[in-house]
Amino acid sequence: MTSGNKQPMVQFKGIFKRFGNVVAVEKMDFDIEAGSLVTLLGPSGCGKTTLLRMVAGLEEPTEGDIFIKGARINDTPIHKRNLGMIFQNYALFPHKTIFDNVAFGLKYRSVSKEQIREKVTRALEMVRLPGVENRMPSQLSGGQQQRIAMARAIVIEPDVLLMDEPLSALDENLREEMRREVDNLQQMLGVTTIFVTHDQREALSMSDKILVMKDGSKQQEGHPETVYNEPANHFVADFLGHSNFIQGEVIGIDSDHITVKIETGDVLVAKNRGGFSTGDRVEMIVRAQRFDAFRKDGFTPQEGMNSFQGRIKDRSYMGGEVSYFIELGTEREIHVISLMRTRIYNIGEEVSVQVSPHHCHLIPLE
Amino acid sequence: MKRSSPGWTLIRIYTFLVYVFMFAPIIVVIVLAFNPKQFGIFPMEGVSFRWFVKLAQNESIIDAFQNSLILGSLTAVISTGIGILAAMAFIRFEFPGKNTLNTVLLSPIMIPEVVLGVALLLFLRWLQQPKSFALLLIGHVVLTLPYVLLIVQARLVGIKKEYEEAAKSLGANAFQTFRDVTFPLLLPAILAGALFSFTISFDDITATLFWATAQNQTVPVKIFSMLRNSISPEINALGAVMIVLTIATPLLAGYLSRKFSKVKD
Repeated sequence: MTSGNKQPMVQFKGIFKRFGNVVAVEKMDFDIEAGSLVTLLGPSGCGKTTLLRMVAGLEEPTEGDIFIKGARINDTPIHKRNLGMIFQNYALFPHKTIFDNVAFGLKYRSVSKEQIREKVTRALEMVRLPGVENRMPSQLSGGQQQRIAMARAIVIEPDVLLMDEPLSALDENLREEMRREVDNLQQMLGVTTIFVTHDQREALSMSDKILVMKDGSKQQEGHPETVYNEPANHFVADFLGHSNFIQGEVIGIDSDHITVKIETGDVLVAKNRGGFSTGDRVEMIVRAQRFDAFRKDGFTPQEGMNSFQGRIKDRSYMGGEVSYFIELGTEREIHVISLMRTRIYNIGEEVSVQVSPHHCHLIPLE
Repeated sequence: MKRSSPGWTLIRIYTFLVYVFMFAPIIVVIVLAFNPKQFGIFPMEGVSFRWFVKLAQNESIIDAFQNSLILGSLTAVISTGIGILAAMAFIRFEFPGKNTLNTVLLSPIMIPEVVLGVALLLFLRWLQQPKSFALLLIGHVVLTLPYVLLIVQARLVGIKKEYEEAAKSLGANAFQTFRDVTFPLLLPAILAGALFSFTISFDDITATLFWATAQNQTVPVKIFSMLRNSISPEINALGAVMIVLTIATPLLAGYLSRKFSKVKD
């Protein structure tokens, strides 16, 4: 893959998709760079699968155009789009051997028998399952079947690889392993990949870019770190990770910081990333992992940190970490996830909590 | 529960009687087919193939047999062909009037055959056409189509759309997708449907009585007309042949399909 070419591999321009009165995808404008892995992330029914199926040609956009390599493909039938598609339930042809499954796409291209054999063997090696040519799909495990599905999709050297929740049928441990394998394979081949998932960990760990969707419309697009650390709105912050939302009003701004007065009367400081003025109603987003909890006795807040006093209301031990719900005032409660650097606090214990302004992200109140 | 309670005894007797009433007449027919005498009297005086020989020499019966075989085979082929296409349309596509059309195609199962037989005749009269083999064939296709449709539809529902979508995404056009993926997966249902059509067509008498002409007699119609004249032992022989055929065909099909699937494993 040449990186000098700035032409995006896939482009969505003003895509709408309606099923009757239901809007599945709304006003989607989105570019996918050649060679990148882009994740469409969102809860079920957000339109991510519909968007993927429109690239595949399995759905037609109601409005708007889709381009692959700069060419409009709305009217190109599926079988001429040169795409590799991987399904949630593998969709290996149950009546064909593994060899015939992987060779399936090559049959319709002008490839000689010898080349087919060669390409199939190489594809099976790439997915680390050499020598299973003569078995039937039903003789392989779920993870193996998914690898064959990948081999079948990549053997035709597709322009774009489309993956529709490919890992969600696998169990937890296998999913982790397969996630890394998909990632490695994608990087090795450099094939542009669109990956649909509702699993935020998959999205965050694999993607070059994430597109977060809700109710058919784009909520945010960006690098995983950007989307996680600087969510564009309440939904994105809530969907990705464990967030605390604290409502308040901007009461002061200087070059580095924005001061916010929150409902309880406390005053908190957030890093100034621009875009707000005094008097704005805002929502402060703080990730549960960003808080540090200390014993109340003998605690002195560090200079420039936001700190609270509170009581442990609830806790759950999760092995590597502990999740606390800490009651601040009468109503306000914050969620803190703590790696157990110190001891585990008990329910009812008085604690102090602090967080750096750097980890306080402001969004306009919706 | 005690297996020797009076309830269980009753159930045993009842079950036994059900089987007796179901199979005894069939067994009697087969046994009497080998009776050397003109009239069926027990105990039989020896075993004879006389009536089978006579049957083989009776040209009108051979004719009827040929008719039935040709009619049954053509019905199976046409019915299955239409059934596959209709099932694909009903399961894989959306179009207005889909449910109505489906009900219409399935309705021959619910309409009494007498009504169907008369209706088709009246229709033919309205078209001012004579009775013919074509009419018989059309009638039998109408009769058997619902069974093919039901069987193929049920199977098609179970074949995930993803298989076809995967095939298309890999470069197969609509026809290649059907030929290489859908059809092989449907094959057991298609064979079962064809077999059903053949058996139903081969067996049918009520509607066929209305549609058959002197030249297009089928075996059941022939038997029926023979019974009207006299009770010839030939009929027993013919009955025995029919029974063996109708039992052997599905058994053979079952054996073949198992053999095929074993090769594939």
